[in-house]
Amino acid sequence: MDRFARLLTDLIYTRSRNSKLALLADYLRAAPDPDRGWALAGLTGAVNFPSVKAGIIRDLIKERVDPVLFSLSRDFVGDTAETVSLLWPAPPGPVPPSPTVSEAVDLLSAATRATAKPVVAGLLDRLDEDGRFALLKLATGALRIGVSARLAKTAFAQAFDVPLDDVEEVWHALRPPYAELFAWASGTAAKPDITSRPVFRPFMLANPLEDAVLDLADYAAEWKWDGIRIQLVHAGGETRLFSRGGEDITGSFPDVARAFAHEGVLDGELLVRGAAQGGEAGGAASFNALQQRLGRKVVSASMQAEYPAFVRLYDVLFDRGEDLRRLPWTGRRVRLEALVSQLDPGAFDISALIEAGDFDALADLRAAARETDIEGVMLKRRDSPYEAGRKAGFWYKWKREPLTADCVMMYAQRGSGKRSSFYSDFTFGCWTAPEAEGGVLLPVGKAYSGFSDEELRWLDSFVRKHTTNRFGPVREVEKSLVLEVAFDAVNVSTRHKSGIAMRFPRISRIRRDKPAGEADEIDTLRRMIVSGLAS
Amino acid sequence: MLSSPKTPRWIKAEREGIHLPAIDWWIDPSRPVAHALVTHGHADHARGGHGEVWATGATRDIIALRYETPTGGRDLAYNEPIEIGDSITATFVPAGHVLGSAQILLEREGERIIITGDYKRRPDPTCLPFQPTPCDILITEATFALPIFTHPPIEREIGRLLDARSANPDRSILIGAYALGKAQRVIAELRRAGYHETIWLHGAMVAMCELYERRGVSLGPLALVSEASREALKGQIIVCPPSSLNSAWARRLPDPINAMASGWMRVRQRAVQRNVELPLIISDHCDWNELTQTILELSPEETWITHGREDALLHWCALHQMRARALDLVGREEDDTG
Repeated sequence: MDRFARLLTDLIYTRSRNSKLALLADYLRAAPDPDRGWALAGLTGAVNFPSVKAGIIRDLIKERVDPVLFSLSRDFVGDTAETVSLLWPAPPGPVPPSPTVSEAVDLLSAATRATAKPVVAGLLDRLDEDGRFALLKLATGALRIGVSARLAKTAFAQAFDVPLDDVEEVWHALRPPYAELFAWASGTAAKPDITSRPVFRPFMLANPLEDAVLDLADYAAEWKWDGIRIQLVHAGGETRLFSRGGEDITGSFPDVARAFAHEGVLDGELLVRGAAQGGEAGGAASFNALQQRLGRKVVSASMQAEYPAFVRLYDVLFDRGEDLRRLPWTGRRVRLEALVSQLDPGAFDISALIEAGDFDALADLRAAARETDIEGVMLKRRDSPYEAGRKAGFWYKWKREPLTADCVMMYAQRGSGKRSSFYSDFTFGCWTAPEAEGGVLLPVGKAYSGFSDEELRWLDSFVRKHTTNRFGPVREVEKSLVLEVAFDAVNVSTRHKSGIAMRFPRISRIRRDKPAGEADEIDTLRRMIVSGLAS
Repeated sequence: MLSSPKTPRWIKAEREGIHLPAIDWWIDPSRPVAHALVTHGHADHARGGHGEVWATGATRDIIALRYETPTGGRDLAYNEPIEIGDSITATFVPAGHVLGSAQILLEREGERIIITGDYKRRPDPTCLPFQPTPCDILITEATFALPIFTHPPIEREIGRLLDARSANPDRSILIGAYALGKAQRVIAELRRAGYHETIWLHGAMVAMCELYERRGVSLGPLALVSEASREALKGQIIVCPPSSLNSAWARRLPDPINAMASGWMRVRQRAVQRNVELPLIISDHCDWNELTQTILELSPEETWITHGREDALLHWCALHQMRARALDLVGREEDDTG
């Protein structure tokens, strides 16, 4: 555990990607099996100890430290694992030897709800501060130390000098501590065969178009649908739905899974039937409707009937065991069109191509798309193979221009992670009527991004100097600062007193020049609602 | 419930500082006043523009250097009581924070009030140690008043610094350290650890280091970064103000390892936010244990808590059945002096 703890600490204080890769690769080469496999699983978010919940860790510390002092500390640090690692009292007597990563994993895996507390406490008693931090991060499954799964895999490829694509390919078929993977990479075994397993393949992703102008002879255009991107896999008699991060979400969408029994791998957008996006012709409800179905372990028949899910297909990666990923997009599209005609039209359709004479005509269509609540346009190079990640020049997303409104800062809360101890989560409001006519501010949204580090420091200091009230971690501020907020859409909401909710709000400008009384009214936002109802 | 404290009428806590209304004298006021008693030279305690500043000689030197304006007032020696009017006596007592730093003991008709200013309980080769002084009311700082703040021994942090230097002969080590106090303490501790090579300074550190030398704190061989070639700075230790880490100025240095000497470095994300690779937990303030131990040791009838995380210390006092209240002083939010 000491070596893994040192790795995490070093990674946290290292900024450059190359230095992080070098630290990871050194660890993966030097650490023993199966410790390094478990460490890799921890770094890529592949460990899960169902009996070890964050609540247990909070209970443990509150048995040892005054609860008020703990929560004030937690509020300042912005991270429970780090706070607990700093506050944990060293047990009396000589320190027993620290556990190995695999010993810790074995103990945590074997823990039940009844034994989890003593197991975690016993481990913490055997570790120093950095070790406690590493253990708690591992145990709660959320490292958040600036190392993505992709970076960890890249480091693995670098450590053993094997192709990254091969690592990505076999990755999702293997389970921690990845004995087969290390055996193959260190040359003692053949590459694992995964063709007959229903496993996730990494997605091809798009870059923002920014200001580029493309020739539609080279690029095909599709609408950008606002659902969740999924991969549909049928192999070895089993069907799986994976989200963008490779998470298995089959359980939430049994209706879709049942409808797919064609051996292959497809890429598409999971949506709910409706008429919000693109009107009747678009045939898809808003993202809100889809949200009703997300994250459920059991989905009732009435839920399936009320929010019927379907997949709008974008691409095909495998068809009856044949790997199509090296084909150009045009070739894959032909195969996809043939394939979709064999599928249940209730559960599957194909993402239509946009007919536009040239790029200017496409720009006009995109501009008009806001009227029908479509999120934007995708552009795909006609000769692009299906490649994992965001390969430059292949796929672009061209989102519609954001909407903006001038709002007044009302409340602020400290952020967590990178922004811990800065006031970085802002609740802002708009007027119910002009201030002079007795209007008041009602919250219309919350944002925690869009500003630079320098602006964050300024905002933080504004909050500290203009606090009028404190509610636990939340500070109410003097209602004097206007924030220009950008957002993608406005939806009706019954959860907010203002009756509206913004989608993807972020701070676009700090309007120190503007008096609060001149901020927008809620009616202005209401007029931006396109689809009247959530579904 | 504790009975409501009896607050002497001759002292008042205002937002601008501690006030003695009968004679209109202030302690560490945040706006210009006619008569100020100043605990130490940090900007959140020693503002410019006062008519008279009564402080230790070192603190008055520091104020003169920073504000470049002559100020009336008097140099005071430690532990020598002086009458300031209305039967009030003030005595400056070492606080162990930085050169010249003092607690101020105010006495009137048998009532004793200690204003600690900023202080620490660890030894520091650049200033006199904190002198515990019995009192009825303790007005204490609370910069690091959360139980997560426990400062490690400075020898450990200096050891980590020297280890990083040995492990990276091709890189320079750039330490962000507050120009008054922290910088000189880090240098003096490096000397105590046996490091006798030239330590390189950012231009903004020079005058204060010279002032320390004039006041008898020897810092060993120092030189300006601008006088060295990039090549000559490989493997060298450089001290700069925290704001110069990651600045255009730092680009001239050979692949610097950003270090920062501050009590805030105890929290990982604090270091990450400032792009610090080598966080050194070195503070000129009390940590949590020292704050609480000081309150227990002095056992005042009442504790007043100034800047910092007063909520936690107030709560601790309540848990220990001790009377306490928080003062709402302006301009005392956390900063780089930590």
